[in-house]
Amino acid sequence: MTDAAMPRDLRAETAALFRRRRLVAFAIPAAILAYLVYIFFAFDVPGLAARADWQNGQTLVRDSYSHKIHVTRDNRDGEIEASIEGERRFVFDDRTLPDWIAPGEDTVIDLGHGGHEVRYLADGGVTYDIPGFGRVAMMPSPEGVAVDWPAGVDPADLPGWINAGDNRISFVTEAGRLSVTRNRAEVFRYFTGWELFFFTLDSPYYGLSPAEVLSRAVSGEAGAIVNDVWTNSMWRHGDVAWAIFETLLMAFLGTCGAAIVALPLAFLAARNFAPLAALRFAVRRLFDLFRGVDALIWTIVLSRAFGLGPLTGSLAILLTDTGSFGKLFSEALENVDDRQIEGVKSTGAHPVARYRFGVIPQVMPVLLSQVLYFLESNTRSATIIGAITGGGIGLLLTQAINTQKDWEEVTYYIVLVLLMVIVMDWLSGIVRRRLIKGGGDAE
Amino acid sequence: MVEITPGAAQPSRRLHDDYMALVGRRRLYSGILLALFVALMLGGFNLAADRNAGGFWSGLPSFFDFPRDVISEAWEARAELPGHLAEFLPALVETVNIAATATLVGALFAVLFALMSTRGLAPFPRLIPLVRRVMDVCRAVPEIVIALVLIYVLGGGPVPAMIAIAIHTVGALGKLFSEVSENASPKPVEGLQSVGANWTQRMAFGVLPQVLPNWFSYALLRFEINIRASAILGFVGAGGIGYELRNAISWGQGKFDQAAAVFILLFVTIVAVDQVSTLVRNRLIHGGAP
Repeated sequence: MTDAAMPRDLRAETAALFRRRRLVAFAIPAAILAYLVYIFFAFDVPGLAARADWQNGQTLVRDSYSHKIHVTRDNRDGEIEASIEGERRFVFDDRTLPDWIAPGEDTVIDLGHGGHEVRYLADGGVTYDIPGFGRVAMMPSPEGVAVDWPAGVDPADLPGWINAGDNRISFVTEAGRLSVTRNRAEVFRYFTGWELFFFTLDSPYYGLSPAEVLSRAVSGEAGAIVNDVWTNSMWRHGDVAWAIFETLLMAFLGTCGAAIVALPLAFLAARNFAPLAALRFAVRRLFDLFRGVDALIWTIVLSRAFGLGPLTGSLAILLTDTGSFGKLFSEALENVDDRQIEGVKSTGAHPVARYRFGVIPQVMPVLLSQVLYFLESNTRSATIIGAITGGGIGLLLTQAINTQKDWEEVTYYIVLVLLMVIVMDWLSGIVRRRLIKGGGDAE
Repeated sequence: MVEITPGAAQPSRRLHDDYMALVGRRRLYSGILLALFVALMLGGFNLAADRNAGGFWSGLPSFFDFPRDVISEAWEARAELPGHLAEFLPALVETVNIAATATLVGALFAVLFALMSTRGLAPFPRLIPLVRRVMDVCRAVPEIVIALVLIYVLGGGPVPAMIAIAIHTVGALGKLFSEVSENASPKPVEGLQSVGANWTQRMAFGVLPQVLPNWFSYALLRFEINIRASAILGFVGAGGIGYELRNAISWGQGKFDQAAAVFILLFVTIVAVDQVSTLVRNRLIHGGAP
C-alpha cells in the first residue's frame, strides 16, 4: 500500500519541483528584463540620441590618430601663416614650411587627392580647384564674399559639402577644408599620425630623417637630442614620465603603507591572537569604518587638510586599504596552523621569536600576494584618485580631456596608462607565481 | 673509534658552517631588502610630501578640521538633516542604479567572454588569446577615462558612467568567471555532447549549474566595488550622489549640512551593501547548494 503510494508522491513532488524551477527560470530573466526597462526610462535613453553630439565623436576619433595643418591668410593685411592645429606656438618658418605650400606672388597650396589645389591670389582672391567640379573663385571684401562658380553649377542648388552664405563660404572635401570669410581664408589639411611627437618646430632636429638624427647622435649631439625630445613643449614627455612615476608612487606608498599599518592591527582583530573580545570588536569596527568611508570621501577630507597633490592621493589609498588589508590579514591569521607555533614554543623561544618563526612564515606568502594584488589594482585607482587630488597621470588626462581638443594627447595618455597597468599586472603576476611556487623565498 | 671521530666531526662541522653561512647570507639579503624597502618608503613619502600643495606635518593638526566643521554645521542644522537626506535620495538611487546596471550588463558580457576564453569550453579555441587580451584591455582602462570621453560625445548623465563601469566589469569579471569555469568538471559537458547537445545547451545545462554560485558571488563583490566607482564618477561629472557631493563641498561654508547628508547616505549604502553581500556570499559558498 505504501509502496504503491510512494512513487505517485515522488512523481507529484518532482513535478512540483520542476514547475517551481521552470517558474524561477522564467522569473529571473523576467525580473532582469523589467529592471532594464525601468533603467531604460530612468536613464532617459530615448533622449540620449538628442543629447549626443556625433560631430564631437567624429572630431574625437579623427583627432586621436591624425592632425591638421592650418594655412591662414588674414584678408586685411595679406599675412599668410601656416601652423599646426592653428596654435600660435607651432607656426612654421621658412626652414620648416612643408613643401606642399609654395609661397610667392600667389601662394599655392597643394591638397593632393588628385589635384585639389587652393591659391591665395596676390589681389586678395582665393581659388579652389576641385577635380570633377571645377574652379571656384572667391573674392572677399568688406561687403562679403563674392563667388564665381564654375560653368554648369547652379548656386541655388549646391552639393552638401559646400556651405555658402553672403559672408562665409566653406568646403569640406576628402582633401581637407577651406573656409573663406570677409576677414580671413583658412585651409585645413589632415595628416595621419601624431605631429611633432619627437621634435617641435623650434628644434634644429625637426624634419630630419631618423637616420640623420641617429648619425648626429653618434657624432656627439645625443644629449641635445634627448633634451629636445624630453622637453618637447607639445607632448611634454618629461612631465608625462614624471606623472606616471607619481601615479606609481601613490600606489606604492598607499599600498605598502596600508600593509604596514594593517599588520599589527590585524593581530588585534584575529580571534586566536587577541583574547580580549571587546578589543577585537573595536578593531574590526575600525576596519569597517576605514573601508566603508569610501576612497572618495577620504580624498575630500584629506585634501582639505593636506592640500592637493600626490601625498593626499597616497594617504587616501592608505586609509581605504588599511581597512581591506586589516580584514584580509586577520582572516589569514585566524587560519594559521597552531602546531608550528607550539613547535617553536617548545624550543623555549620567547614570544617575539614565536611570532617571527611560527606565524610570519605561514602567513607571509598569502599576505604578500594580497599586497601585490592590491598594488596592481591600486595603480588604476591612483590614476582615478589623481584626477581628484591633482597628481600624476590622472590629472594630465583629465586636463587634456577638459580642453576638449587635445584628443591626440588624450590617446597618448590612455595608451601609457594601459601599458602601465598591463606591465604592473604582468610583473605582479610573475612575483605572485614565484611566491606561491617557491614559498621558501618569501621572507 | 679514535680515528673515526675527526672524520665524522669534519662533515657535520662543515654542514653547520655552511648552514650558518647560508642563514647569514639570507639574513643579509633580507636585511638589504628591508633597508631598501624602508628607504624607498621614506624617500617616496618625502618626495610625495614635497610635491603636495600642503605638507604632511603642517596638515596633520588640521586633519580633523574639515570633519569637525561638517559635523558641527550639520549638528546646528540637524532639524534639516532628514529633509536633506530625502532630497539626495534620488541621486543615491541613480548612483546605485548605475552600479547595478553596469554590473548586470557587464556580467552578461563577461559570461560570454569567459566561456569564449576558457580552454575546453570555447566554441572557437583559436580566439582564446584574442578574447583574453580584449579582457585585459577592458580591465586596464580606468573608468574615469571612458566616462569623460563618453560625456564629451553623449552629453552628461548616467549612461556614460554606466557604459564606462560596464566595460571595466566585463574585463574584471570575465577573468574571474573564466578561472571558475576552467575548474568546472568536464564530465557533464561531455555527457551532453554525447547525446548531441549544441554549444549553447552544453553551456546552459553542463557548465552553468556548476559555476553559477561562484559567479554570482563574484558579481556581488563587483557590485559593491561598482557602487564606489559610480560615486567617484559622479564626482567628476557623471551625475548621481557624487555630483551632489561636489556641489555641496565646493560651495564652501553654509552647505556642509548637505555634505554631511551625502556622507551619511554614501556611508550607509556602502556598509549595507558590503554586509549583505558578505552574508549572501558566505551562504552561497559555505552554506551548501541553494
